[in-house]
Amino acid sequence: MSAEVGAGAAQRRAIRVTVNGVVYERTVEPRLLLSDFLRHELGLTGTHVGCEHGVCGACTVLVSGEPARSCLMLAVQADGLAIETVEGLAPDEERLHPLQRAFWDRHGLQCGFCTPGLLMVLKSFLAENPNPTEDEVREAISGNLCRCTGYQNIVAAALEAAWLLRETAAG
Amino acid sequence: MKPPRFQYHAPQSLDEALALLAELGEGAKPLAGGQSLIPMLNMRLARPGHLIDLNRIAELDYLAEHDGGLAIGAMTRQRAVERSPLVRDRCPLLAQAIRYVGHLPIRTRGTVGGSVAHADPAAELPGVLAALDGRITLRSRSGSRVLGPDAFFLGALATAAAPDELVTEIWIPTVPERTGQIWLEVARRHGDYALVGLGASLTLDQDGVIGEARLALIGVGPAPVRARRAEERLRGERPAASLFREAARLVSAEIQPEADVHATSEYRRRVAAVLTERALADATRQITGEEMA
Repeated sequence: MSAEVGAGAAQRRAIRVTVNGVVYERTVEPRLLLSDFLRHELGLTGTHVGCEHGVCGACTVLVSGEPARSCLMLAVQADGLAIETVEGLAPDEERLHPLQRAFWDRHGLQCGFCTPGLLMVLKSFLAENPNPTEDEVREAISGNLCRCTGYQNIVAAALEAAWLLRETAAG
Repeated sequence: MKPPRFQYHAPQSLDEALALLAELGEGAKPLAGGQSLIPMLNMRLARPGHLIDLNRIAELDYLAEHDGGLAIGAMTRQRAVERSPLVRDRCPLLAQAIRYVGHLPIRTRGTVGGSVAHADPAAELPGVLAALDGRITLRSRSGSRVLGPDAFFLGALATAAAPDELVTEIWIPTVPERTGQIWLEVARRHGDYALVGLGASLTLDQDGVIGEARLALIGVGPAPVRARRAEERLRGERPAASLFREAARLVSAEIQPEADVHATSEYRRRVAAVLTERALADATRQITGEEMA
């Protein structure tokens, strides 16, 4: 797995990461954070970087289907894993994911900085709990800070998205 | 904020990890879920020369019944504990407490062993171990040893683990018959660091007398604190609101919480008392299914 350079130079490793279904191969320093790998190496700047110590939740992505802080993971740790980011949500350029549609309809964002993290947390949360109560939604997003909306419209959007996703699933 | 440069090692087995630890000594830091260590690297509060990433060691990821309790491998994710029907059935205190560990996207990466080895004064898992007299297994290349919480948790972010030792497993006893277990916590938001957290386990004998009482608090000292005077007062008595009020007073007298930017010492004492009374009443109700006099 590793391709290391001699003493003195920075250690580098070859990694292979699947992001939104696309396989990327890069050689990186072990200290590169997954968040910076996504943004700087792959140009996927939809994943936002806020606090860089795991508090704000803006950089949340899905790692093997589970929401995780990409600023609290090294890119080398994602070697061999599948990552999903906000860029992978919409089915194509014309259509939005039901979560994105609900955020639009319910005004679940203002500046939009926290939105990618919220969308990714809610994607996995709603897959596990398709019919949540308002309290459950609030607990699920308790690790994501929003300084604009006061959360009310985010919660409303999440509940509407849950309904949209149930309708879609029911056909 | 970016981590300082380090040499990265990703052992595939426990033996390989222990050999690296023995070889690299104090300059090396094991990386478990990274939910505390990586922030410290990002802020450059920690600058280890070597990181030993434990995430590829599959043999440390397990949850199994063992010796009258649950044995949990150090690299088991907190989220796996939260989802486990076995944990809900055999250790209700752990099942309740685990939901307060960080937030959901923290628990998906955060590990049981990482949290125990980090030993934050407000961490829930050390509190559960303290309340139930769980055990912590440490391994090094030269052997293994098993410690109780009193011997393992030495203070804030301080444990008995030597630089060449890894926490490899924790063990928590199965809940006894006629026992109520309650975890309660007060924080600014759900998932934030606990201002005060309390684990209570109450066992009633056949006559309805309290046979065993266990109370452990977090966030009120450098390490989890057992409220032993309150426990003693409860044993041999019948559950009653007045008894629980007295136990709560003993708890708040027994602890010496520090003041910080989040809460005064006096506030923490009051919260500890309120949580004690509430937890004891809830635990009793769990056993008897009815309100007490």
